[in-house]
Amino acid sequence: MSESTLSTSARPAPFTLGPRARRLVILVGLALIWESYARWLGNSLLLPSFLETLVALWENLRNGELPERVRASLGILLTGYGIGIGVAAIITALAALSRWGESLLGLLTAMFNPLPAIALLPVALLWFGVGASSLVFVIVHSVLWPLALACHAGFRAVPPTLRMAGRNIGLTGPSYVVGLLIPAALPSILSGLRLGWAFAWRTLIAAEMVFGASAREGGLGWFIFVNRSQLETANVFAGLLTVILIGLAVESLVFSTLNRLTVQRWGQEA
Amino acid sequence: MGWLPPQNQPAAGGPPPLAVEHVTLRYQTDAGTVTAVEDVSFTIGAGERLALLGPSGCGKSTLLRAVAGFLKTSSGEIRLHGAPVRAPGPDRMVVFQEFDQLLPWRTVAGNIAFALRRARGLGRAESFERARDWAGRVGLGGFADAYPHTLSGGMKQRCAIARAFAVQPAILLMDEPFAALDALSRRRMQDELLDLCEETGATCLFVTHAIDEALHVGTRVLVMTPHPGRIGAEYSVPDAARQRGTPDFGRLEMEIQQRIFGAALPEAKSAASLAARTDARPRLEVTHNV
Repeated sequence: MSESTLSTSARPAPFTLGPRARRLVILVGLALIWESYARWLGNSLLLPSFLETLVALWENLRNGELPERVRASLGILLTGYGIGIGVAAIITALAALSRWGESLLGLLTAMFNPLPAIALLPVALLWFGVGASSLVFVIVHSVLWPLALACHAGFRAVPPTLRMAGRNIGLTGPSYVVGLLIPAALPSILSGLRLGWAFAWRTLIAAEMVFGASAREGGLGWFIFVNRSQLETANVFAGLLTVILIGLAVESLVFSTLNRLTVQRWGQEA
Repeated sequence: MGWLPPQNQPAAGGPPPLAVEHVTLRYQTDAGTVTAVEDVSFTIGAGERLALLGPSGCGKSTLLRAVAGFLKTSSGEIRLHGAPVRAPGPDRMVVFQEFDQLLPWRTVAGNIAFALRRARGLGRAESFERARDWAGRVGLGGFADAYPHTLSGGMKQRCAIARAFAVQPAILLMDEPFAALDALSRRRMQDELLDLCEETGATCLFVTHAIDEALHVGTRVLVMTPHPGRIGAEYSVPDAARQRGTPDFGRLEMEIQQRIFGAALPEAKSAASLAARTDARPRLEVTHNV
């Protein structure tokens, strides 16, 4: 009997695909469903077909409109993301080194993490006026708290033995944070960075739509907003598709690579 | 490979590498204050290997952590070459029982080299050269570039031991380093540790709950009794009694066993009744005589 189970498990399955191929098949399937449903619906004002959206995407890429919008959005996004990471690093380092810092972080995240970034936009407009600074402010808010929370959780999860081993070889203060806590907490930090990136994107697109009414120039969110009001639905979908494509690209190029080079290689993956 | 200058160079005829003077360790729990160690005193001379032997919960690991500088003494003083211990430091390298004491993001050589860089201020090239040498000495020559998660438990402990020896501390602190290993690896590692100690003349404090391990590794054995942790008895182990299977080893093992369990316990029943009494807690390891 054991022989027969062995031979069944050893026989290759008739239809096996790698993870990449599986994902591609799913994507093609989704596109097909979209295309056929849109054709059946026959109302491109409500739902343009997949091909119409691709054409709109191509048009807007070629006439330079979309690249310009993407550039504007990414510029603000990266500024906010960078500042958010910097502030999160300072707060979590304080929290790792002192009890007061830990209480501060705990209280601040409990207060501000549930607060949607968009809710702060009116305040930001009041303080910074209509412009990039207001957007950067709300993005910093949306990145900072989830990232600080993830980093802090990562620091707390560092095994006590590893902490003692670090202090034993003479790590103290900043060298303890940089030489031990950060690399040991890297799996949590990376997932916090991923989460922060996603939050930053959402906040930016949403904030740009609020802005759209008042600002002449804008990014992707504004592009989507303006095209909706002009009933250019295919362009709206092209804008959405661009947001998704950038998200996928960053995920597969940046975060997956970081993950492979660090936590996977070190066997730290949860 | 040349030797590094010893840390905390002792003055000739000066204070011993380690002096524990009337140390009491208490800590707070929800239930109140627990006294883990009460009024314990001993010294370790240069080149001595002191085995601190006792059942789980007798405070021996707590005491080792206080010597390492991770815990403050409630009263009494711990002195390293005469200077009071205030904080952790690489002049007292610790080998822990747990396998996660290595930095997972550094290779075997990287772990040893990082300790050398931090603790002894060596340059990158020299620290790696020494690290590779030490990896080879503990049998990890072929694994110098391996990350810890690819190693077995025994290999991780070898790396931790190499890291501790490489730094050449004033005293090596070993907190049941082989307790989580299988019996066969444990025996082999004990022999290899003994060789390394004798070769380097290292001063050691070795915490264990196994009588045979204490006799094999230690030049002196302190037996601790629990609740609160106190020194119950002291034995010195002559070279002749270090090898398992020799009559001297057996005699000393028996003597310590009786000291711990009390002479009143009948031989045949002792193991069974001990198991029954300490059901939930890890039991003191009793190795029956050859």
